[in-house]
Amino acid sequence: MSNKVFAAVALAVALALAAVTQLIPNDYFFTAAYTVLLFVILATAWNILGGYTGYVNFGSAAFFAIGAYTTVFFYNAFRAPLAVGIVAGTLVAGLAGLGLGYLTLRLRGVFFAIASLALAVVLYIFVVNWDYVGGARGAYVLQPRDVPFGLPRYIHLIYAVQLVMAALALVVARAIEHSTLGRGLAAIRDDELAAECSGVPTLKLKIFSTMVSCALMGMAGTTFPYYLSYIEPSSAFSLSYAVNSIAMPLIGGMMSWMGPLIGAVLLGSVQQLVQVTVSSAWNLLIVGVLLVLFVTLAPNGIMGWVDAWRRRKGR
Amino acid sequence: MEVSWALLANAVIAGLLLGGFYAAMSVGISISFGMLDVVNIAHPAFIILGSYIAYIVNDRFGFDPIVVSVAVSPLFFLLGMVLYRIYYVCFERRGQESLRGLAFFFGILFITEVALVLIFGVDYRMVSTRYGDVTWRAGGVDFPMRLVVPFLVSMAMVIGVQLFLTRTFFGRAVLAVAQDQLALRLMGVNPVRVKELAFALSIATAGVAGAFLIVIQPVQPAIGREFIGLVFAVCVLGGMGSILGTLLGAFVLGLAESFTSTFFGPSWAPAVSFGLLLATLAFRPSGLLGR
Repeated sequence: MSNKVFAAVALAVALALAAVTQLIPNDYFFTAAYTVLLFVILATAWNILGGYTGYVNFGSAAFFAIGAYTTVFFYNAFRAPLAVGIVAGTLVAGLAGLGLGYLTLRLRGVFFAIASLALAVVLYIFVVNWDYVGGARGAYVLQPRDVPFGLPRYIHLIYAVQLVMAALALVVARAIEHSTLGRGLAAIRDDELAAECSGVPTLKLKIFSTMVSCALMGMAGTTFPYYLSYIEPSSAFSLSYAVNSIAMPLIGGMMSWMGPLIGAVLLGSVQQLVQVTVSSAWNLLIVGVLLVLFVTLAPNGIMGWVDAWRRRKGR
Repeated sequence: MEVSWALLANAVIAGLLLGGFYAAMSVGISISFGMLDVVNIAHPAFIILGSYIAYIVNDRFGFDPIVVSVAVSPLFFLLGMVLYRIYYVCFERRGQESLRGLAFFFGILFITEVALVLIFGVDYRMVSTRYGDVTWRAGGVDFPMRLVVPFLVSMAMVIGVQLFLTRTFFGRAVLAVAQDQLALRLMGVNPVRVKELAFALSIATAGVAGAFLIVIQPVQPAIGREFIGLVFAVCVLGGMGSILGTLLGAFVLGLAESFTSTFFGPSWAPAVSFGLLLATLAFRPSGLLGR
């Protein structure tokens, strides 16, 4: 399937899903589905750098929060509509990724990983001390009274927007995977020195994939302030975003765009279920345990099982 | 300007005392990350685990937390051995340490934190010691005992580790692993065994540092991740794999944090270590005493 066809199909599926699910009478569905979709975007974005290039980003929460707080900033400054927040948040997160990549991607991969974690804490402290976007108290972002497209409530809109953005993230990830760029990234992942020797412009490719990955993470965050009409630093920078965006691709499989999607839908839904039936602390423990189990015992994730099964059948 | 001199002297002393404690927290990372090339980002989780063990025993029986931590350090040593075995079999042998090994340690960090939250809740816990509320004063400069005692024991521990690594046969084997594993194999030494024991040592120092932490300040499960940047900042700032560099880096960081909280407010202090880490990585990745 060419990229254009895939993009059209993905968009059509997203819009159809958005339209059909509007018939569901239960408002809770939209709240839960929003969170799962958010994880689909984060996991897909993380995988562009983690799975395709082999560089671990522990700062997903930071880029997510950059997106969220950019929306808050534009809301406070100009009462800007959601669309402005989405565009601006994506751009700012992408620029932050560019900066971080430029500073640390020349070094060994672990330094990038540690620096990304460091960035999350620095930004957290920065936001806590920045009163204009609410500081530690948090900020309110009011949902507009009239919802476009004749939707009953604002959460329905946020959900539909998130659905389209998830489709967009998947399209971008798949396009990168199937391009020359993706092959360059895979070369870096498998042997960076050999790639460099074969003329792959490793630094440029790494910085580019970091930028795209971080921009998508930021995009996932831009709708977040509208989700509960309220945002505060410790929920926006929650470590669970970082853990989930690593666990989901690892569990689903990191080699293709489908892995993070499967991982996010599975793990995201399980978490919604556990959160309602047991408690949110237990649901985080489950994510952590699953992450460690999969990474030690099934390093290629669910897609790895599927591939092995296919190969056996083909033989 | 009498007052500001006292302020300055207090900031310097507090920074140095804090720096000594940071050295104790980071010496394990200098071993595991700097020498063995095992990127143990779960190190702070074991520090917090050490804090909680010290807290439980102190709460139940009233024993001194630092004595407790030294007594249970063999348990941490064993834990470190097991952890390294898993890491070696699952990642290092397969050459997957860079991505999956990191994710593994991240998972361990997260599990420890959440498990502690489930057992103890998110309340801050503290210990009671005889010296906790005592403060010496000398010429307007405070020497709070809750900082001085951990500082002295930290120094003893860090210097002990340095002597162990440079003076004993096994310690030199660890340094040799850091330099050339293949050569070590050719000499008939099993580098995996050496790395296992050295990694276990690094986890044991984390457990003891946990007791220092809870003597110095109240502890809550989530504060562990604030120390990730700190321990790596100290390790990288000092120069990878150099214990003396770690000591130097720890003092630099302690002073920087102390000055920041004195002159800009304590809420900015945690950003200092991360800022220093980013700056070091960007401008001098080999560190102050780097090879």
